[in-house]
Amino acid sequence: MTAGPRPALVRADHLGRVFDVSKPWLNRVLEGEDRKLLHAVTDVSFEIAPNEVYALVGESGSGKSTIGKMIVGLLQPTAGDIAIGESPRTGRSTRLQMIFQSPFASMNPRWRVRDIIAETIADPSIDRGARAGELLEKVGLSAEDAEKFPHEFSGGQRQRIAVARALAADPDFIVCDEPTSALDVSVQAQVLNLMRDLQEELALSYLFISHDLAVVRYMADRIGVLYLGRLVEDAPRDALFAEPLHPYTRMLLEAAPRLDAFGREAPPPQGEIPDPIDPPSGCAFHPRCPLANRRCKTEAPRTLALENRCVACHAVEEGRSA
Amino acid sequence: MTQSPVLSVTDLVVEIPTRRGVLRPVDSVSFDIAAGEVLGVVGESGAGKSMTGSAVIGLIDPPGRIASGEVRLNGARIDNLRPSEMRRIRGKRIGMVFQDPMASLNPLLTVGDQLEETIQVHLGLRRAEARKRAIAALEEVGIPAADRRIDSYPHEFSGGMRQRVVIALALAAEPEMVIADEPTTALDVSVQAQIVALLRRLCRERGAAVMLITHDMGVIAETADRVAVMYAGRVVEIGPVREVVGAPSHPYSVGLMGATPSTSGDAASERLKQIPGAMPRLLSIPSGCAFHPRCPRAFDTCDREAPPLLRSGSSLAACWLCSPDHQHLVQSATLPEAIE
Amino acid sequence: MASFNQRLQTALDSDLAFAFKRSPVAMTATTIFALLAIAAVLAPLIAPYNPFDPATLNLMNGFTPPMEANEFTGQTFTLGTDDQGRDVLSTIMYGLRISLFVGVAAVLFAAVLGVTLGLLAGYFGGWVDTVVMRIADVQITFPSILIAMLIFGVAKGLTPVEARDEMAIWVLILSIGLSEWVYYARTVRGATMVEKSKEYVAAARLANRSPLAIMFGHVLPNVMGPVLVLGTIGLALAIIAEATLSYLGVGAPPTQPSLGTLIRVGQDYLFNGEWWILFFPAVTLLALALSVNLLGDWLRDALNPRLR
Repeated sequence: MTAGPRPALVRADHLGRVFDVSKPWLNRVLEGEDRKLLHAVTDVSFEIAPNEVYALVGESGSGKSTIGKMIVGLLQPTAGDIAIGESPRTGRSTRLQMIFQSPFASMNPRWRVRDIIAETIADPSIDRGARAGELLEKVGLSAEDAEKFPHEFSGGQRQRIAVARALAADPDFIVCDEPTSALDVSVQAQVLNLMRDLQEELALSYLFISHDLAVVRYMADRIGVLYLGRLVEDAPRDALFAEPLHPYTRMLLEAAPRLDAFGREAPPPQGEIPDPIDPPSGCAFHPRCPLANRRCKTEAPRTLALENRCVACHAVEEGRSA
Repeated sequence: MTQSPVLSVTDLVVEIPTRRGVLRPVDSVSFDIAAGEVLGVVGESGAGKSMTGSAVIGLIDPPGRIASGEVRLNGARIDNLRPSEMRRIRGKRIGMVFQDPMASLNPLLTVGDQLEETIQVHLGLRRAEARKRAIAALEEVGIPAADRRIDSYPHEFSGGMRQRVVIALALAAEPEMVIADEPTTALDVSVQAQIVALLRRLCRERGAAVMLITHDMGVIAETADRVAVMYAGRVVEIGPVREVVGAPSHPYSVGLMGATPSTSGDAASERLKQIPGAMPRLLSIPSGCAFHPRCPRAFDTCDREAPPLLRSGSSLAACWLCSPDHQHLVQSATLPEAIE
Repeated sequence: MASFNQRLQTALDSDLAFAFKRSPVAMTATTIFALLAIAAVLAPLIAPYNPFDPATLNLMNGFTPPMEANEFTGQTFTLGTDDQGRDVLSTIMYGLRISLFVGVAAVLFAAVLGVTLGLLAGYFGGWVDTVVMRIADVQITFPSILIAMLIFGVAKGLTPVEARDEMAIWVLILSIGLSEWVYYARTVRGATMVEKSKEYVAAARLANRSPLAIMFGHVLPNVMGPVLVLGTIGLALAIIAEATLSYLGVGAPPTQPSLGTLIRVGQDYLFNGEWWILFFPAVTLLALALSVNLLGDWLRDALNPRLR
């Protein structure tokens, strides 16, 4: 369900992150170049309610992974705040966990699965071996698998281990960063179903990060669409798919390959994602937008709060979007 | 099909000897592709789809080799040619587009140099003409200001533009067929749609046969005319796209389509169908039908004997359920609703 | 014990063991190295004489050629004797002990120092990285033998005369170790930067592990492959460096001669016709350095997935 009157579990408030991607100082002086700043995330605000799955969807350079890392505390924001529960967070908290994209790089290849899972167990009074076995069974593997090494498992099984590891910390909230994009379709379905079941059973909240609209639609209650580091639209799932407001959301939906669109001859979207180091002026989407006018080229749109959803677009604000 | 196929693959077997035994990443694969037709080859990782593509163009890394079977290009065998002869066929008669555009482009030469060279070598044109052709080819794949961009180096293009250049290069020598191996996997959704549309349009215009290898069912559904589904080195189902994707016969195809999440329909609250288990490793391919341990409808014949491709509607499926002897089994249950 | 057998089985079944069994070079190199190492370790037990026990020495035995009876005493020595009548075979076995000990100790010292600094530089980056790597850059511009001689000279000046011979071995280890750590530091720093960006390190950070725990528990085991290769090749270099220093007279003292010392002593007699005093230690040194080096080369190729 959507964030109603209940207090938010996670709140991102005007979040921003700038990376310095300049060359070293000496090279800059010699080559007469300026500092290069990459605005990976700019002014992103959203809330995640308890027991809600909030998805961030976007293409490369949208800043979705950066936001996920900032939420769990692996990266510090350069602007804005993150609040967990009622109190602004200080330092890292074990109530937050993360499931990573790569089933291969996310586990130390030289550790046994038991130790990989046990590492996240925060409570020292727990019998780690027993707990690891219990968690493995919860994610559909067997307790004996705890003695094995990661390379003895397939990609899908490793992602189950990653889920077990995240659960070992007894979290309220898990950031899932493209957890299935490295998996095959049939295995992806297994992992997505497992994650959905666990979310219901343990009353978890997810921040689900993905580039795949179909996956997001299957997992999320609420969806935020990112373009070049800005949140362009934020809406409940059904509303977003039934009536996408932002032209970029529409383009994404239009471009997503469909199983029932045999020999589709629809005109493909125009243009490509601009260089995030040198983004277009005004609304970053204007060079690709069919509705762009002069105002879009000069003035960045502000976020327009509608009933239960937000959108940042001049065309919608002016009623030109039809 | 009335005309003879451009590419015809018959009982192709690829073997890789290793110290733990001989692997068969491709096992008795047969298919035809006609001029102007797009054959989609789908499957999950380990299914042998890329290896099939490599076998067709003679690019299997040793110690792997084609153990038996035939590959014919417009009637002439090309699987037993010497490497030097094969090199002349690649690029000239078979164009190639890979997942990573940089794999097909030389980073030290300008895009124009590479295009012109291909055109000069394969079409026997003089330099000035070749350059004109190269600019036209870049315009055709939708590169803006092609007459200026032609002198840029590959790294000066974005990922999507690079893949366009590769397509221009693949089509420059007017090949009879194009092999595209995961051409859009590295690209963003909005760019992917452009590349798929471009590839399909150009091949159709030129009447080139296309073998499109991908794991993405959506891309296949929108692009292919016919589809071959591969599992553990074998083609398990092959037929028209509407049938294979829309109403599949083989339980694996059924599972695959059911497991694919969609952006349309009202399935949002429904559960994704899942196939238990995972693709077998090449060293331990199950006996009989390789899919039987994961198959919800397997019966006693399945683990004993590998099924041949049997007729099912207008497609062929390698499943005993399609055999007339087993029709009673089909009646007892219509297509499996939930595979779990 | 079952788990040990199991582990042994896995190890014997591994790709590395397979590659080893198929490489004649690696097998030969290992055999030679093993023979030399056994001879060195067991020297007090298996050497025919103790060349450093004055009681057993007989100056009359001096300059006995190999396999010939001494004209005065009638004794026969397999590889002959040196100027003082010491059995060359025995001095080689004792010399091997010194050479191998100095080599292994220097490599361990260099590896521990280099790996630690490399880990710190790679993991923390920033000024730690800058300081460590700039020192490494400066040091690498000097030939390592020069650095070793410099350190050796300074250390020799600082130690009292009567302790010099005793200290010489340790100073040798220190000076060779200090001249070689850079290679370990550079390699480990690079590998650490790669590992650090992997997601399992992020997962460990989320589990509130301290940077030191992550560095030594997670990163270190995953960067040890290249260190192993460097260590093997480094052992050959260290043995040569020790021999060079000893040959130049700034290494192992004549009371504890290493192979290098023996070669230095032997060259005085080369042109008098007493070739065996130089020849056999030199061949042993060559065999030792070559076998270790070939082993290191093979290991590097076997562990490199791109060359498989």
